[in-house]
Amino acid sequence: MSTLELRGATKRYKKDTVVDNVSFQVAHGETLVLFGPSGAGKTVLLRMVAGVVELDEGAVFIDGHDMHDTEAEDRGVGMAFQNFALFPHMSAFDNIASPLTVGANSKQVIKAGVEKVASLLKIDHVLSHAPRELSNGQKQRTALARALAASPPLLLLDDPLRNVDAKLRFEMRLELPQLLEKQGATVIYVTQDYKEAMALGDRIAVLDEGRIQQIGTPEAIYLTPHTIDIARLFGDPVINLFDVVGQRDEQGTYVELSGQRLALNEDKAACIDTDSVLGVRPESILFVPEGTVNAIPISIEAETPLNEKVVTLALTEGSREILISRPAGTDAPSSGQAYVSIDQSALMLFNKNTGVAIGESHDAKNSDGVAA
Amino acid sequence: MQHHQSKLETVLRALALTLVVLFFMFPIFWILLMSLQTNETILRVPPSVVFEPTLANYKGIITGRLETSAASLEINFLGNLWNSIFLSVTSVTLALVLGVPAAYAFARLKFKGSEDIAFTLLSFRFAPPLLVLLPLTLYFQQMGLADTYIGLIWVYQLICLPLILWIVRGYFEDISPDIENAYRIAGHSWFATFRKIALPLAGPGIAAAGLLAFIFAWNNFIFALVLASADKQPVTVGALAFITASGIQYGQIAAAVIMSITPTLALALYAQKYLVEGLSLGAVKG
Repeated sequence: MSTLELRGATKRYKKDTVVDNVSFQVAHGETLVLFGPSGAGKTVLLRMVAGVVELDEGAVFIDGHDMHDTEAEDRGVGMAFQNFALFPHMSAFDNIASPLTVGANSKQVIKAGVEKVASLLKIDHVLSHAPRELSNGQKQRTALARALAASPPLLLLDDPLRNVDAKLRFEMRLELPQLLEKQGATVIYVTQDYKEAMALGDRIAVLDEGRIQQIGTPEAIYLTPHTIDIARLFGDPVINLFDVVGQRDEQGTYVELSGQRLALNEDKAACIDTDSVLGVRPESILFVPEGTVNAIPISIEAETPLNEKVVTLALTEGSREILISRPAGTDAPSSGQAYVSIDQSALMLFNKNTGVAIGESHDAKNSDGVAA
Repeated sequence: MQHHQSKLETVLRALALTLVVLFFMFPIFWILLMSLQTNETILRVPPSVVFEPTLANYKGIITGRLETSAASLEINFLGNLWNSIFLSVTSVTLALVLGVPAAYAFARLKFKGSEDIAFTLLSFRFAPPLLVLLPLTLYFQQMGLADTYIGLIWVYQLICLPLILWIVRGYFEDISPDIENAYRIAGHSWFATFRKIALPLAGPGIAAAGLLAFIFAWNNFIFALVLASADKQPVTVGALAFITASGIQYGQIAAAVIMSITPTLALALYAQKYLVEGLSLGAVKG
């Protein structure tokens, strides 16, 4: 296990800043997921840690040591590449053995090491094959086995499930957490898939345009996203967003949705008389019988039954689209007029112009930009 | 997609191939016939393919005694052949030793002016050799390099080095840097990575470039003509000796040509598979 720290890491290509003043710490044995759209700088960041991309500014510390003068081969990290990057002229065995052939390991030690990790990843039967003879899934496992073979204390995984089919991705998403736990390594995991990020990360760092937008536990990012963009990226079906303007009367701050008053905590007072966006997760909306307090009338447009949940698309009286998600098997109208109520404890509010969340949050970093 | 050929198509294709082969092979075939004839039968009018073959031309070249109708002449063609082999092999070896690491550097490290240097090296191939040769002759005489193998091998780098540098560079560029990064991260030094990853993966390209450089070096005429005296000259220049005062010895020239193209032809045929594979491998991205 290792600790990792980045301080002000910056990388520019020509005039393009691809990684912009990124700082974070990863504790012993922690799994940090770097999440973000393509071009966000995730891969470059990972390569900085691995030592194959030089920093223009800032520093990388592994176990408290500045890695500035340490070459990639001396950093003791394991890395799996998105494009697998297997050595095409070597067998799967030799590929996996490559981190073990450094130093004075005997043939038996190397063989035992390769076989151990190969059986863990269920590729022991294809060890003699060349990479071109392997299926995509086997290539991916070989690449992963190579990264794990020397039991590196710091493991860098660059979207390893990107290029494999959906079934395998699902399997690996279940397998990987156990595997990583067995290794006991500190892990940086890059992905574009929010489900993967939620499933694997102890913490998630959301990266966009080379900057960390938010860093926190999966729950914190899901429940208190720092910006509208982050709120949109996490969650399926996607979050409901309504343009609102905050108001205030003697009972406190509130917004109005379809004529219904939604009370807000005092920390969201910044939305008063300001163009704001109200965020409501589809699962925070419940179908209620007519006449319930604060019930919002809707007309149901369509219903999509997914296996574990049912997603309903409806229109409010103001013709705003609204998505409602409920567990499969629960009773609810599937067409016509209906009423819903919104769980007011789960409301999110963003400034419409800046896209930044309004109100206190679990993450101290979220506080900047709110003061205004 | 399966493509079925009609009979007519097969016949036409065979015919076309035969014509192409005849067109390209005819000079070699004709030279072969000439090498087996005496000057008298070669020069008779009208020419005929019917003759009594003789090995006298080959015998003359190998024994070093050239019997012409007028006189007998000492000739050292086997020495020329040895010079060709020695010059080509050492030049290509040196060019590989210098050019392959340089090609790797040009492919992987984008340093200031790297493109300019690479282009300058390529531009050696644009200039007419004579342009370089005349001043070079003077320098070489002052430096004591005129008429030495070392001087010749040095000048041959003008032919071999740019060729190897530019072909091999393309192969290195086609190797995904991630493959090399992966080996570095696995704990190996950059030199081990160069040896174990980059070199084997660019192997077919290096072989193809080496072979091409060998053929160019072998066929070079002008450098050795100007810079070397008889005992250092390769076959291309050596063949001039058959143009004698008493006439041109066509039979012996033909025999000399056959002997001088045999090594390159054999090498090219042997390496044909690698050559085609190597030269096309870089073009098709996997």
